Amino acid sequence: MKILVAISNVPDTTTKIAFSDNDTKFNTAGVQFIINPYDEWFALVRALELKEAAKAEKVTLIHVGLADSEATIRKGFALGADDGIRIDAEGPDAYFVAEQVAAYAKTNGYDLIMVGKETISYNGSSVGAMISGFMDLPFVSLATKLDINSNVATLEHDIDGGTQVVECELSMVISCAKGMAEQRIPNMKGIMGARTKPLTVVPATNSDKLTSIKSFNLSAGRVACKMIDENNMDELVNLLHTEAKVI
Amino acid sequence: MSVLVYTEINKGKVKKASLEAVNYGAKVAGLIGSSVTAIVVNADAAQLEEIGKAGAKKILSVKNDALKVADSMLICAAVEQAAKAEGAKVIVFAFDITGKSVAPRLAAKLKAGLVAGAVDYPTANGAALDVKKNVFSGKATAVYTIHSDVKVISVLPNSNPVQLGSNAAVVSDFNIDLGSVKSKIIIKEQKANSVGNMIPLPEAELVVSAGRGLKGPENWGMVEELAKTLNATTACSRPVADMHWRPHHEHVGQTGIAIRPNLYIAIGISGAIQHLAGVNGSKTIVVINNDKEAPFFKSADYGVIGDAFTIVPKLLEAVKKLKANQN
Repeated sequence: MKILVAISNVPDTTTKIAFSDNDTKFNTAGVQFIINPYDEWFALVRALELKEAAKAEKVTLIHVGLADSEATIRKGFALGADDGIRIDAEGPDAYFVAEQVAAYAKTNGYDLIMVGKETISYNGSSVGAMISGFMDLPFVSLATKLDINSNVATLEHDIDGGTQVVECELSMVISCAKGMAEQRIPNMKGIMGARTKPLTVVPATNSDKLTSIKSFNLSAGRVACKMIDENNMDELVNLLHTEAKVI
Repeated sequence: MSVLVYTEINKGKVKKASLEAVNYGAKVAGLIGSSVTAIVVNADAAQLEEIGKAGAKKILSVKNDALKVADSMLICAAVEQAAKAEGAKVIVFAFDITGKSVAPRLAAKLKAGLVAGAVDYPTANGAALDVKKNVFSGKATAVYTIHSDVKVISVLPNSNPVQLGSNAAVVSDFNIDLGSVKSKIIIKEQKANSVGNMIPLPEAELVVSAGRGLKGPENWGMVEELAKTLNATTACSRPVADMHWRPHHEHVGQTGIAIRPNLYIAIGISGAIQHLAGVNGSKTIVVINNDKEAPFFKSADYGVIGDAFTIVPKLLEAVKKLKANQN
């Protein structure tokens, strides 16, 4: 069984966000990029565990992005992925990314495609479901447990107001959430091996540009925190009632 | 040509996020000179009436038990068939668990531009639509222009209060053909979260949340009582869920769920950036913490410094007093 894990290259969680070109571009100056945490901790690590349990033969990373994202892909190699594909393009939205990943996956035969539940950059939660749409495959979102037996996946996942255990015959696409696996730290052998693992660069297929970003705006912070004396909870309740008007 | 809105029934009621989506669809229809059609599966008369009151001129009422499994492949096929029948130019979903798995799939099928998690009504930009959404986990917003002929928008829950009017929708039965859809997902087991009578977290307008500062699960009684008195929903921080003091489904933050209630009361939570990413969309934030240096105070509207074990009971009494005066 072959697993394809799609990873995104995102600014570290603690990044101070800034924009350039008249607020139309994300300013990458001085920004530390990482593998999108959900793609890494939940999708990639679970895929590696399945390989270690001899339930998968190969774990391949795929990323849609320019050459400057290769360091991020190699971090995935250091964690244990076998090889990687970089689709050499930058797109405006999830549609572009998913179409590129689907086009590659269709001709290369993967049994399981795994993504994180969302990226911490554009927060769309869209790429996994879109890949499944382009490939006409079943999709299970917010998976918190996954096991494979021959060609059947057993998953636990979050649904509205509860959880569900489902079975699905492969191939399929899964979005992964907390519970799937735990974050790993790459060991020295992994880091050394990462340099020489095969990373194939593939040109992008033609794609429709359906959306574009017109402008960015930093969110307004809170004005100032009004401090209330701990012995005056009547005042707090009064403020919540008359000033904030929330109770 | 119409605006099509996917609506959903949960626990015998039209989901609040679905009513918000119908309201949103009505605004979009006004903007582009069109009319709103809702699609709903297995709804009764009262539920259909409520969808009408939210602004749907027409409702496609689908009766099909195959759709109960909530498989995005099947729901997507149903909405796709409705979109074709209606000649829909804009298709609106709630940005909830169903919307997150169906809207992108539909966008792929229809070659439609998608904005996932819209926080405000769109504005017209020629034949295109400009739609605002949160990016970088709430640190910023971006305005996307959707250029494609057919557009898909999913709306972040609690972005606008639900408005119900006196509109009555024309209801017509809509038959869908799932013959060509090869669903392979088989449900083996289903468990409901034990939330009692509380409103589910993603829909809750008032949330009382607590963290490690409470020292142990045995101390949650006062949190639950405060929540009950306010008719709020309880939540918790990540360490609390990881230590199994509280159930996993209560965990709000970057790895848990993101919420945007009107009021978020954080008790004994320091306010790590990962926690803030899940709650910074809340309209009003109250922070109670014994550490005056807790970073959460910088992201709060009201702060109380002191021991939660003495403050929360006092807050509870003050809330009870307000409730008594209101009655």
